[in-house]
Amino acid sequence: MTLTRPETEAARAASVPPSSNEPRRLGLSRWDARYTPYLIIAPFFLVFAVFGLYPLLYTAWVSLHDWQLIDGDQGFVGLENYSRLFGDPNFWNALFNTISLFVLSTVPQLLAALGLAALLDRGLRGRAFWRAGVLLPNVISVAAVALVFAQFYGRDFGIVNYLLGLVGIDPVDWRAETWASHLAVSSMVMWRWTGYNALLYLAAMQSVPRDMYESATLDGASRWRMFWSITVPSIRPTILFTVVTSTIGGLQLFAEPALFDPGFAANNSTGGSDRQFQTLVLYMYEKGFRLFDAGYAATVAWMLFLVVLVVAVINFTLTRRIASKG
Amino acid sequence: MTRTKAGPLLYGFLVAVLAASVFPLYYSFIVASKDNSVLGEKLPPLVPGGNLVENVTRVFDTVDFWLAMQNSFIVASTVAISNVVLGTLAGFAFARLRFKGRDSLFLVVLGTAMVPTQLGVIPLYMLMSDLDWYGTLQAVIVPVLIGSFAVFWMRQACEETVPHELIEAARVDGCSVLRTFWHVGFPAVRPQAAVLGMFTFMTSWNDFFWPLIVLDPNDSPTVQVALSTLASGYYTDYSLMLAGASLAVLPVIAIFVLLSRQIVGGIMQGAVKG
Repeated sequence: MTLTRPETEAARAASVPPSSNEPRRLGLSRWDARYTPYLIIAPFFLVFAVFGLYPLLYTAWVSLHDWQLIDGDQGFVGLENYSRLFGDPNFWNALFNTISLFVLSTVPQLLAALGLAALLDRGLRGRAFWRAGVLLPNVISVAAVALVFAQFYGRDFGIVNYLLGLVGIDPVDWRAETWASHLAVSSMVMWRWTGYNALLYLAAMQSVPRDMYESATLDGASRWRMFWSITVPSIRPTILFTVVTSTIGGLQLFAEPALFDPGFAANNSTGGSDRQFQTLVLYMYEKGFRLFDAGYAATVAWMLFLVVLVVAVINFTLTRRIASKG
Repeated sequence: MTRTKAGPLLYGFLVAVLAASVFPLYYSFIVASKDNSVLGEKLPPLVPGGNLVENVTRVFDTVDFWLAMQNSFIVASTVAISNVVLGTLAGFAFARLRFKGRDSLFLVVLGTAMVPTQLGVIPLYMLMSDLDWYGTLQAVIVPVLIGSFAVFWMRQACEETVPHELIEAARVDGCSVLRTFWHVGFPAVRPQAAVLGMFTFMTSWNDFFWPLIVLDPNDSPTVQVALSTLASGYYTDYSLMLAGASLAVLPVIAIFVLLSRQIVGGIMQGAVKG
């Protein structure tokens, strides 16, 4: 960051003589030095514990009950919700959609981000301008994005079908067909996140020592080869970071598929007329907040939590291996 | 890669990327300024029409958009101020104070960012019902009063800008921890705190999932919740929806235009050190 640092101001402030610091306050001052640090970091841990961790863990407990959102706990049922879940075709459908949307939105997105970062890393004029330009989509609310893209992918008057028509492709019913709807929803995710991830990669690329490239150039290595055997292995920690965060986010898609379905706020949306793009979070929402079956919704949530965990670990290991091979 | 000079091809490509970034926003404004019937025409509209005021008026007639704006403003400002205050304090403690378990506690803070807390909404909703907070703004404010990002960000800011010697000097002079923070720590990180505030404001303004669940769309919507209501007519009214979407993105675009350099810088800096 290129912000000015008001060190002089700080210095001035520090030279203000402290008032009333008599030796009799020494005991208090020792208490202060020892415990105040804990007091001022406590709010974070408190908020996280009460509103983050506790609800997440309590989800597992709720999933073992017949629990209605409005009427409350109707009794312990053990693993009944889970056996119901495993026999529920809508669950498997939502799981498939979740994985498919995650792969479709994350893999091309991170590859595109990598490419974009490599381009932004060239000696560009007006660097700040280009960087701001690629980041812009990331600050737009997901609800607004979903509404605009809903228009883009309209069957009859959407701009995408218009463009396809120009090259002689028949209009696609983007909400009716599973693959088409997955592509459409993924494109919203890609639009919002590619630039952001590109900036993370760019930051990492800039800290790669330039002389590594110089000696590789002397050895006659191509740009392409240098990219894969110098750049990518050097920015491995950042790639791992983006893979893990994109995994966690990509498996929990909600707003994009929800608002892609025109029936959403009318309270009858299931993520497509035939659940073509209903993700697990959407299914949890339907069960919990539309049908008030909190126990079952908690079961969906807890299964998704396990999926996130497993996929995050797999991705982490895979990426580490691939990136280190270079 | 090697810093060879960029050619016209590269600039051309970047212009295309930029166009793709901006186009959905531009298109949203275009549709918001048109009569709905243009969407039925053969060619998609690309120049603004004359119905902007009418469509915006319809937005305010369809949902209580003033109330939604006001709610979003209250929520986002409160969350931003709280994250700045609590985040700066905690960041200062992690960067410049000595206490037992400091480094492992900070690792815990970083780890919490990886926890998919969204999956705990069912019990969180029950908790809010028990507190009688359903439909109230504190239900969307309190859970995000302080996040790991704020702590991480301000710790980094303190690491870079708060001079060790001044802290020591203040402590030797008998300044209490909080006075030291106030006179030495905070003045040094004010610029970063301002960026954090704006960034948190935008994030909170854009929040969708939890407000949708815990707020009453008719009585206490935020802007994003109101947008989802606009999207739910008997028929899809794109001029109305996108007029709403355009209004909803104006504040964040304003902030972004003012602060893009700092926001880009902050994200990139976090990437290297994080």
